[in-house]
Amino acid sequence: MTTPIKFYQTGTFTVGNRLLTPEQRSVQSSEERSNALNSGHRACQGCGEALGARYVVDAAMRATHNQLIAANATGCLEVFSTPYPETSWQLPWIHSLFGNAAAVGTGIAAALKVKAQKNGTANNVRVIAQGGDGGTTDIGFGCLSGMFERNDDVLYICYDNEAYMNTGVQRSSATPMGARTATTMAVGAHPGAPAGQGKNLPQIAMAHEIPYVATATVADLRDLEAKVEKAMSIRGARYLHVLVPCPLGWGSASHDTIKLARLARETGLFPVFEAEHGEVTAVTQLRHPVPVQEYLKLQKRFAHLFGPKGDAQMLARIQADADRNIRRFKLLEQEA
Amino acid sequence: MRKQVEGSAAVAEAVALARPEVICAYPISPQTHIVEGLGERVKSGSLTPCEFINVESEFAAMSVAIGSSAAGARTYTATASQGLLFMAEAVYNASGLGLPIVMTVANRAIGAPINIWNDHSDSMSQRDCGWLQLFAETNQEALDLHIQAFKIAEELSMPVMVCMDGFILTHAYEGVDMPTQAEVDAFLPPYEPRQVLDPAEPVSIGAMVGPEAFMEVRYLAHAKQTMALERIPQIAAEFKQRFGRDSGGLVRPYRTEDAETIVVALGSVLGTIQDAVDEMRAAGVKIGVLGIQSFRPFPLAAVRAALQGAKRVVVLEKSFSVGLGGVVSTDVRLALSGLQLHGYTVVAGLGGRAISKASLVRTFTEATSDSLQSLTFMDLDWRIVNRQLEREAATRRSGPIAENLLRDVGSIASKVT
Repeated sequence: MTTPIKFYQTGTFTVGNRLLTPEQRSVQSSEERSNALNSGHRACQGCGEALGARYVVDAAMRATHNQLIAANATGCLEVFSTPYPETSWQLPWIHSLFGNAAAVGTGIAAALKVKAQKNGTANNVRVIAQGGDGGTTDIGFGCLSGMFERNDDVLYICYDNEAYMNTGVQRSSATPMGARTATTMAVGAHPGAPAGQGKNLPQIAMAHEIPYVATATVADLRDLEAKVEKAMSIRGARYLHVLVPCPLGWGSASHDTIKLARLARETGLFPVFEAEHGEVTAVTQLRHPVPVQEYLKLQKRFAHLFGPKGDAQMLARIQADADRNIRRFKLLEQEA
Repeated sequence: MRKQVEGSAAVAEAVALARPEVICAYPISPQTHIVEGLGERVKSGSLTPCEFINVESEFAAMSVAIGSSAAGARTYTATASQGLLFMAEAVYNASGLGLPIVMTVANRAIGAPINIWNDHSDSMSQRDCGWLQLFAETNQEALDLHIQAFKIAEELSMPVMVCMDGFILTHAYEGVDMPTQAEVDAFLPPYEPRQVLDPAEPVSIGAMVGPEAFMEVRYLAHAKQTMALERIPQIAAEFKQRFGRDSGGLVRPYRTEDAETIVVALGSVLGTIQDAVDEMRAAGVKIGVLGIQSFRPFPLAAVRAALQGAKRVVVLEKSFSVGLGGVVSTDVRLALSGLQLHGYTVVAGLGGRAISKASLVRTFTEATSDSLQSLTFMDLDWRIVNRQLEREAATRRSGPIAENLLRDVGSIASKVT
């Protein structure tokens, strides 16, 4: 019998978290895991998206007893996992286009509903649709909003690495202000992505008043799995926004992926919360907010904000953004 | 059973008889009545089990169709004009994935200037997308072609567009013979997908393909269309045997046996052309018509066989390849390569411009005396065209073309000075 150990973050620092009680363990620590996104794919070293997708899909597989179909948008996840004739997907999987994963998911869900009706069986097969931030916040936004509005029975997962990484790191509407990308260069009077632009898709999803919206990062994998399981226990349109650092696009060390995902949450820049029917129902609180510099300094995409010719004004704006998130989502732990 | 119904209603009934399982729809004129009719059937429970999904765009409509077809459901949608162009990316994808979706295209012009009336510019813009394109001449044919389309699509695992002239057919009331459900069920077996998204047997559909296999995949798309060239007439023959009607096939020759002049056309205009031909035949002119029902696959051999005895061919088409001339003409000339025939392209009826029998007789008469321009725009008002060309030559900023032309013909008032 293992002694219960209290961990600040379960699933992150606990190797395979086999020291935890079985019900607290991650899907990945189970030998019966589905391995739905198999190894051998061609993601970069330290890819947050590969890690996030693996945990999300395996958790969804467990939640549905492997009765799961996935629709995928064009992007890194699709390209690195299916170089024909190989595939890393051990579940039925379809890629159609960059902008239509949500609608393809809708079509699959509709077909499953009719099939179950026709066969007189329960409609047990469930659908997820997934894409990066480009395929979600930009080109796929119309289809996603339509899927939300009709409350189609699809869980949509956005793996947000904050730019178009597959095409060579260009800005998306999820790129944070001040970040250097190939289309928001670190040159001129106001280098990097302009302030005051972009979309907050979790909040836009909430505005559709769908049953479930959640954010998560690849730093808190147990939390990510729990949110997937919760999402799969609900019928209707659901949205999960996962922050997945990209070493290539962010200019960060491959071994810093988890650290960066954690810092994004701990600075307040990426608030981690759940919302049901348009109302925030839970937040992951912070013990001590970390100054944004600690997060930004590890990434070359923000290098122009530091040093002798730095941009103190932009740093202050980013800090103000983090502070606003902390206030808005009540991220600071209340004193007992 | 004989019914007097609107063309759209006839198509909605035919589609319903095919027992689709998922229908997705976005409204666009002149397609709307078709999907309204289907939506009503699903809502009232007369078409069941079926999911009717109101989507937010034509791009979403085809994307939903892709998902549902890949998951094994018989899937239908309908569109027209700008809608078809808006879904174009997904249209190519559906055929690339080999999904047997059936879609009605209620043919309509493409803007600008915006115009809701009939021509064939929309579906012609998608001629290379890998879908089959079947053109209906009458509402009876439109009805029958939809039932055949599901069979062709599912046998070959490729999508089919049934093209019918917007308003001219979709909004016209005609008598049609409506088959019974039992007859359609006997003709069209339940959909058995070739590949399906199923947790019991996981497959990856739509993987990324590099240079080592892409050419082969594209060649196979062509090979499947070649197979369709054989199956379309076979299925039409089977349809005729069961339903007693000849509606379908590749081409439809009319009085071509001894014809020196043959007019090639598609769609509802064929009826008017046949009347013009009858009139000219009565006057002793050896003229005939070749209707093309299958535009994709293009029946090169059948067209060549039907036309090779003639002296001249007039392709009358309701679409236009800007900078070249006719769209269908290009294909017809390929079918005639090596033959010494005079070829004429007559562009007519763009944006709903009426095609009168008198104009057709005049144009064909000019053709028979070989005094027709090789590229002719039938009933074009040269007066206003030339006036605009002069205006553009004289003034650097000559203003919006359509508004100028309308002013020239007195449709809108001139600015008071």
